[in-house]
Amino acid sequence: MAGSLSIDMNRSVMTTSDAQREPIIEIRDLVTHYGDRKVIDGLNLTVYQGEIMALMGFSGSGKTTLFRQMLGLKKPTSGTIRILGKDITTLGNREMYELRRHMGVAFQGGALFSSLTVAENVELPLREHTRLDDNTIRIMSRLKLEVVNLSGSENLKPSELSGGMVKRVALARALITDPRLMFFDEPSAGLDPIVSAELDELIIQLRDALKMTIVVITHELHSAFKIADRIAILDNGEILVTGTVDEVRNCTDPRVQNMLNRKPRDEAIDADAYLKRLTGANPP
Amino acid sequence: MKFNVRTEGEYTVIALKGEVDLHCSPQVREQILKYLGDNCHVMVDLSGVEYIDSSGIASLIEGYQLAKRGKLQFSLVGVSEPAMQVLKLARLDKVLPIRNSVAG
Repeated sequence: MAGSLSIDMNRSVMTTSDAQREPIIEIRDLVTHYGDRKVIDGLNLTVYQGEIMALMGFSGSGKTTLFRQMLGLKKPTSGTIRILGKDITTLGNREMYELRRHMGVAFQGGALFSSLTVAENVELPLREHTRLDDNTIRIMSRLKLEVVNLSGSENLKPSELSGGMVKRVALARALITDPRLMFFDEPSAGLDPIVSAELDELIIQLRDALKMTIVVITHELHSAFKIADRIAILDNGEILVTGTVDEVRNCTDPRVQNMLNRKPRDEAIDADAYLKRLTGANPP
Repeated sequence: MKFNVRTEGEYTVIALKGEVDLHCSPQVREQILKYLGDNCHVMVDLSGVEYIDSSGIASLIEGYQLAKRGKLQFSLVGVSEPAMQVLKLARLDKVLPIRNSVAG
């Protein structure tokens, strides 16, 4: 088919040496501006096949921008983002659409279609992207709803669901195609501790059973320490540290330690710049 | 994915090998439903399966459902570790009949 992509669907098991592992996401020298403001500053990151990578950082650190860029929703100023072997900064709409068939995204707010039932929302990606039999699609959607503990809710509308249920339906929808690469945006936000813990377990099971590569954006230290194979901590658009839980815990960078110990940032103030922001005028 | 079909006693054994995913699971479904439609007892040999996704699992569930309706035997045999992990994720290891070998 013209314009189609060839994706290597091999889901090899993660090995210990970086050199032997297949990179699923490779970000190099990424720079991004909003107007004159630089929000990503020369960022490099690699996520390997079959690992859970937790992206953490203070609010405004650049996490959300990076997340949007990995999904191809925002173009960077410069640098490359290779996803499943394709540089998405150069892909056209059709190629990006094709690539997204192998990616699942559980958005923080759910992003469900309010006019569709739970089952119709969950089945939508299969009806859009595949020609599977109706019966197969129905069984698959019920399987996913079972996995997220929402069996029996097929005929409900989003307006009839609690916040936690909306998140779980969104997760079931994101998982319906068993994507090779899965993104979670703040999966635990707004969920009670029990459901959060179940979700952590589910993320680990998805990696182990389906060999998914998973990127989780989270503020939850406890969750990140529990599920992540590696953690990357962002601040001011750059990555301060990338490593295993122990490596991050032992990182001596005070900004990393502040984050791990939940200490407020002690930022140096540029007095002139601060005055200018307050008064709108240059200091005398 | 590759598959072959053989007869073992009263069973038709459909042996799957490789990765069973969205692209090839319709073939798996077709084979399972075809033999059950011919009133055969079916075993699906998963010993060579390196990966199976939800569409493949859905085909197995559909086969089991159809077999029960037609009072036919349907079971999985020699389930590989990767396939078992997916079955466990969906808690189907407690639902679908699983045998260690064709002999039982």
